[in-house]
Amino acid sequence: MAYVADAPKETFRLSMLIYDTRYRSITIQVIVLILALLFVGWLADNTIKNLAAKDKDINFSFLWNRAGYDIGQQLIPYTNDSTHSRAAVVGLLNTLVVAFFGCIFATILGVFAGVLRLSNNWVVSRIMTVYVETFRNVPLLLWIILSFTILSEVTSPPNAFRLTDEMIASGQEPAASMLFNDSVAITNRGTDIPWPLLERPMGGAEFAGVPINFAVVISLLLLAASVYVARRNSQRARKTQEETGERPVVWWQNLLVVVLPVAAFLAWRGFHLEYPELKGFNFRGGLSIAHSFTALLIALSLYTGAFIAEAVRAGILAISKGQTEAAYALGIRPGRTMRLVVLPQALRVIIPPLISQYLNLTKNTTLGMAISYLDLKGTLGGITLNQTGRELECMMLMMGIYLILSLIISSVMNAFNAAVKLKER
Amino acid sequence: METATPIFVRNEMLGPKEPPTSQRGVVKWFRENLFSTPLNSILTVIGVAFVYLVLKTVVPWVWNGVWTASSLSECRQIIAETLGPDSHAACWAMIAERWKQFIYGFYPMDSYWRPTLAFALMFVALAPVLYFGIRHINVRMVGAVGVLLMIALWGLGTDGAHIGLALVLMAALTAVAWVAPKKLVWLTLLYPAIGFFLLWGGSVWGPVGALLGFVILAFVWLGLQRQVGVVVAGGIALITAAVWWLSVQTHVTGALHAAMPIGLPPVRSDQFGGFLLAFVIGVTAIAASLPIGILLALGRRSDMFLIKTMSVGFIEFVRGVPLITMLFVASLLLQYFLPPQTNFDLILRVIILVTLFSAAYIAEVIRGGLAALPRGQYEAADALGLDYWQAQRLIIMPQALKISIPGIVSSFIGLFKDTTLVALVGLADPLQGITKIARADINWKGIYWEPYLFVGLIFFACCFSMSRYSMYLERKLKRDHR
Repeated sequence: MAYVADAPKETFRLSMLIYDTRYRSITIQVIVLILALLFVGWLADNTIKNLAAKDKDINFSFLWNRAGYDIGQQLIPYTNDSTHSRAAVVGLLNTLVVAFFGCIFATILGVFAGVLRLSNNWVVSRIMTVYVETFRNVPLLLWIILSFTILSEVTSPPNAFRLTDEMIASGQEPAASMLFNDSVAITNRGTDIPWPLLERPMGGAEFAGVPINFAVVISLLLLAASVYVARRNSQRARKTQEETGERPVVWWQNLLVVVLPVAAFLAWRGFHLEYPELKGFNFRGGLSIAHSFTALLIALSLYTGAFIAEAVRAGILAISKGQTEAAYALGIRPGRTMRLVVLPQALRVIIPPLISQYLNLTKNTTLGMAISYLDLKGTLGGITLNQTGRELECMMLMMGIYLILSLIISSVMNAFNAAVKLKER
Repeated sequence: METATPIFVRNEMLGPKEPPTSQRGVVKWFRENLFSTPLNSILTVIGVAFVYLVLKTVVPWVWNGVWTASSLSECRQIIAETLGPDSHAACWAMIAERWKQFIYGFYPMDSYWRPTLAFALMFVALAPVLYFGIRHINVRMVGAVGVLLMIALWGLGTDGAHIGLALVLMAALTAVAWVAPKKLVWLTLLYPAIGFFLLWGGSVWGPVGALLGFVILAFVWLGLQRQVGVVVAGGIALITAAVWWLSVQTHVTGALHAAMPIGLPPVRSDQFGGFLLAFVIGVTAIAASLPIGILLALGRRSDMFLIKTMSVGFIEFVRGVPLITMLFVASLLLQYFLPPQTNFDLILRVIILVTLFSAAYIAEVIRGGLAALPRGQYEAADALGLDYWQAQRLIIMPQALKISIPGIVSSFIGLFKDTTLVALVGLADPLQGITKIARADINWKGIYWEPYLFVGLIFFACCFSMSRYSMYLERKLKRDHR
């Protein structure tokens, strides 16, 4: 009697590549790979042919040619004699500065609106609902253009601020006046705000094309040192509390440690604010902020704030009612319950959508193009592209930079998320 | 023995007493919702004052608006005469004069009935999808759309023949919705071709030929999928259809057109504008991005390394760059990547790129839905002996899509709002393109609130109703009781 020890060995047949699920996935992947390679090859071939037909090549050397255009808002020195690459860096910094302030304002606004939307107060929660729904359901571009139009068409020209001798004689007031005790002037050209200056500046140096002001560096170092000392002081206080059960009062010490050294240093160098003043046809002195920046910042903050408010509301609603009730049972007041019990837990739910809102805000800064805000899209992907005609290079570079920016923001925020996330096991 | 009879025994219960005045009705509501704490009272007062101030400015401004004037200065003059020199009021005359341009862009005036009919048919085509062939809702919807369409066509001054045509069509569709509501799905399937034909015009045989390609695709796929599996059959069907579209179709449709020249006057793409453009781009991209997004999400969760890598790469790349750069790729770079001398429409290029953009976001939303499904659902499907596609179709996707409805709809809303960005590559969207043209008119120079309010209000209406529909859908599909 013969026993069959094994199942009959199946020989490999070609049809098994399609019918056998063990091999089918390999077949499909190989086909997809071939198709993908063919597709990429086809694109590359077309690109080479098209470039040849237009007598162009792929060459990034234009980045070191003279740019020849002016940029209104520059965080590092730039003239129209600078290179295209420097223009791109100026644009990138403009993108970053709007994104940075936008994220801060949108977060503050969003947290307030989200918490107030859940308030027991009927009127307040309705107002917040109207705010959130209005901003979420209307395109961002409309808010940007509208705020820019209002800022530049409703405000008065600089000469409306003028107070002439005849007007003083006849007791007339100028048509427009400055805000906040004559310190801020909003004209149809921009917003002029006071700017801190030193009477005895400390000079500076240039590092890789970026000017560095020694006074600012020293102030920052002083501040960092003071904050470190203050934290050590708080730690000492906590230790004392753990040992003796009584916490020494240290807040005023910390405040003094943080504020005094920097204040003393600045006073020694003659710190003062320079106020904008009407000279000639325009305001001089202080810092002039273009309306394109202000409008973009306002619109982005309000728009993203509405989305963040929704994320905050969803996060708070995700925390079970028992947590609030337990806090009330312990006798904690509603405000502190929100701050100490609900929000820290809700934070874990809120952070992931918050990350994507920050990313959206950063990407949405490109809409500044509609109001001629020269960010990275406006310089590298706008004027530089049009002047040099190098579409392929400019677009590739620009998309690469945005991609890296997004990856950096999401990795930083993910690290933060990992830090505050509920630690289990 | 004498029994003591009590003097008084209550025979009936006392009715419940009303709560004290401070604990009921309006007073209670006010105390709880407006004046529960001192801080709340202050907030209430501030809130009411704020609302009052806003309404005090806005309501008279809107209400006293001037509807008939030919320029902004005339408008201001009328306002100054009727309300006094320093008063402000809206100048709706600008909207009254230009609303057709806001809606239709530069579409030929005598053909306004075509986009209007296409818009109405869109709702009829959506009805079976949105309301699952529930008869009474479908009939009501189709009927209401028909009545509104008649009013709109009459208001636009369309000629009698076209109104009659539309009337017969809508009556027939209402009848279909009444007799066999599920059959309306056929209109949904045919709608892309119908919409294209109505909007762009030209020979009727072009869209018919394109549709035939899909019919071929469906037949080949159905015939082969039993034998060779879903994916391979899909590939073969796609290749057959591609052969039809790329090499056979033009000959067949050319011959048919020569034999029977039926068609509408063609409209060039650069005549599209305003909300017509926003809807064409938005609706097409929404409809196309959902299936692509589902495939990308499945690809991202696939066991096949290559497919997974490609899906992840595509999704992360698209999500990392702003939409504007994608639009500029459409307008500047696509010409490099395609064979020399191919030159197709900017609107089509923009639609393709917007679709890809939105598909990546939808893929991430659906991936979230897939991840939220308990592992047991996948295992149950395997235990029932379902293959991959059957499991996806019958078990996984219905649940995953249900979970991701809010996310999908908010992606759609975002996409629809983002159609305004096409202005930046030179198309005439309602916000930038048309409003800019209107404001550049010497008669209306200096007007800003009115056009932006008008455009914003329409966008708000569309997006808000979309989000309300998603809430309805969520409630309707909710099976658990949380």
